[in-house]
Amino acid sequence: MIFALAGNQNSGKTTLFNHMTGSNQHVGNFPGVTVDQKVGTVIGQKDCEVVDLPGIYSLRPYSDEEIVTRNFLLNERPDGIINIVDATNIERNLYLTLQLLTMQIPTVLALNMMDEVRANGGTIDTKKLSEQLGVPVVPISAIKNEGVQELVRVMVETARRRELPKVHDFCPAGPVHRCIHSVCHIIEDHAQSSRMPARFAATKFIEGDPIVSELLDLHRNDLDAIEHTIVQMEQDCGLDRNAAMADMRYNFIEGVCRECVVKAHESREHKRSVAIDRILTGKYTALPVFALIMLSIFFLTFNVIGKFLSDLLAMGIDGLAMAADRALTAYGLNPVVHSLIIDGVFAGVGGVLSFLPIIVTLFFFLSILEDTGYMARIAFVMDKLLRRIGLSGRSVVPMLIGFGCTVPAVMATRTLSADRDRRLTILLTPFMSCSAKIPIYALFAAAFFARGQAFVMIGLYLFGILIGIVCAKLLNRTAFRGKPVPFVMELPNYRFPSLRSVLQLMWEKAKDFLQRAFTVIFVATLLIWFLQTFDAKLNVVTDSAKSLLAMIGTAIAPALKPVGFGDWRIATALITGFIAKESVVSTLQILLGGAALSSLFTVRSCLSFLVFTLLYTPCVAAVSAVRRELGSGLRALGVVIAQTAVAWIVAFAVYQLLGIWL
Amino acid sequence: MTLDRLSVGNTAVITRVGGEGALRCRLLDMGLIPKTRVCVTKVAPLGDPIELRLRDYSLSIRLEDARQIEVSDI
Repeated sequence: MIFALAGNQNSGKTTLFNHMTGSNQHVGNFPGVTVDQKVGTVIGQKDCEVVDLPGIYSLRPYSDEEIVTRNFLLNERPDGIINIVDATNIERNLYLTLQLLTMQIPTVLALNMMDEVRANGGTIDTKKLSEQLGVPVVPISAIKNEGVQELVRVMVETARRRELPKVHDFCPAGPVHRCIHSVCHIIEDHAQSSRMPARFAATKFIEGDPIVSELLDLHRNDLDAIEHTIVQMEQDCGLDRNAAMADMRYNFIEGVCRECVVKAHESREHKRSVAIDRILTGKYTALPVFALIMLSIFFLTFNVIGKFLSDLLAMGIDGLAMAADRALTAYGLNPVVHSLIIDGVFAGVGGVLSFLPIIVTLFFFLSILEDTGYMARIAFVMDKLLRRIGLSGRSVVPMLIGFGCTVPAVMATRTLSADRDRRLTILLTPFMSCSAKIPIYALFAAAFFARGQAFVMIGLYLFGILIGIVCAKLLNRTAFRGKPVPFVMELPNYRFPSLRSVLQLMWEKAKDFLQRAFTVIFVATLLIWFLQTFDAKLNVVTDSAKSLLAMIGTAIAPALKPVGFGDWRIATALITGFIAKESVVSTLQILLGGAALSSLFTVRSCLSFLVFTLLYTPCVAAVSAVRRELGSGLRALGVVIAQTAVAWIVAFAVYQLLGIWL
Repeated sequence: MTLDRLSVGNTAVITRVGGEGALRCRLLDMGLIPKTRVCVTKVAPLGDPIELRLRDYSLSIRLEDARQIEVSDI
């Protein structure tokens, strides 16, 4: 049997899913969109799977998450729906429930956080609630793992008996009631032939749902008749169709709550949240605290924990490589194969693994930000700034992470709720100069601007942001034209994160990165090794100027002449930078063979080169993350080309402008 | 009066929800419908968006969207 787990955001859905399935889960994608589809085997049940649907508030067709949920319920017809409802926020949570009930699928209500309601002196009569809604209700506490087994038992039972929700009429006799019934009647046959429950199709049609009306494919006369009925209803009840439907649902819910719910006095959790928010979203404290939190996360990730783990890993790999090196030398292996193993395989594996500690550490902090509820506050505080470039507040976090490393930054866009925001944020992240570029800046700043090093560094960071803003403005007028996504966001109470969910997310992101990026980075490293090792006749080169890579560099160099650095050695270094940015420095040093940088660069071309490295294509690991999150290799290739084009144009402008003074 | 004019700490009742398309549906779905009591609890540090309290939960919307919602005193 297959069950769907549906519910609002912040209702404890993921926590429940983790408890139901343990570690028996796999993450995929819903077809065609980058929305996670998590499927898990239910613990203690034979042949029972549960699909974790995205957290949504309604079944309208406005976001990918909503469409995916609807399509899953309509097309896959799961054997049952587990609808998780936050008991502390029951009115708004039941709004989705009423829509799920029209799906004609056996449903069980999981009433989460009942312990919190009780602790605050409230009660919910679950028996009465079950009668009023016509489905079984099971109180649970997802975070404490209480009631979960009972929930599974009831769900299996209900599904086995194919017990459909008994209540689907949510309106008292009146204009809305009449309208829904006559629309139901008219579309019944069409709904059946397009495999939609009539009541669901009718209410959605009244709400003007374009997907449903296309599926129904009604005749002209039917359409006219329905329109007439709806207009009649609008006149009779004094609300337009959308407001009337929402009003009907909330009225029904209010009635149910009057019968079954004794409201708690102001809850402790809410009081605590208000107190915390006095600092975290306070007028004078919000921004400094946000800066402090992000800086600490950065410091801990890139300087302490992540760095420690990275160094440890690097030491391990170096040790292994050295041991292998000695063993192979002693064995007297063919030097080319020897080099392949040491410089290709070991370097490739090391290259992939070097990202892992940073990803794991960053997502540890990010999932804490998300699960505590602070991420929503960041969006609240930063929204005004980000709106100027057509985004909403939440995008600030991936962008800031971009200053550390583009790979986890792009991966972090997954939590953005709208596809448009996600794509635009991914495109802008590479403009935030990543930490792997620091060695390049440091080398050049030291060589050419001995006294103004810090100034040059800061200038580059700011320049990257500036170009990013310009590109965002351009994108908003072209590819991303049209209405930005509505910003209507719940601010949930602060909660303690569950360690289990945090660890689960870290594990998922690490696995995801290794699976997707390993082949790409590994193959790219081997390719560069091959190009560096052989010449055109596949002989092993002794002079690196004769390698295949140098030939490619020589071929590209003329294209870089207008921006001021048309030397093949620079072009070659830039190519190796595609594997890892810090390689630009090591390659240049090898190819220069001890000569000073000033033999290749002037101050003018140095600045244009720095701007170029700041902006040109993200490294291969970042590109593979972009490919994963944009869901298309072609788009990732587009990012590579676009970034390089922007880099060339801006570097050209810088070089030519500097020509006036220098 | 529109909701964006309501000062912090005050409660009012929604009389009409304007706007159109996805945004309006979103507001309705989140429970901002006529006859609902809503309190403005906070303004973000940069002056926008605002935080609302309704139906026992907190919601944040932008000022320009709050302008679409008409309210009256209780």
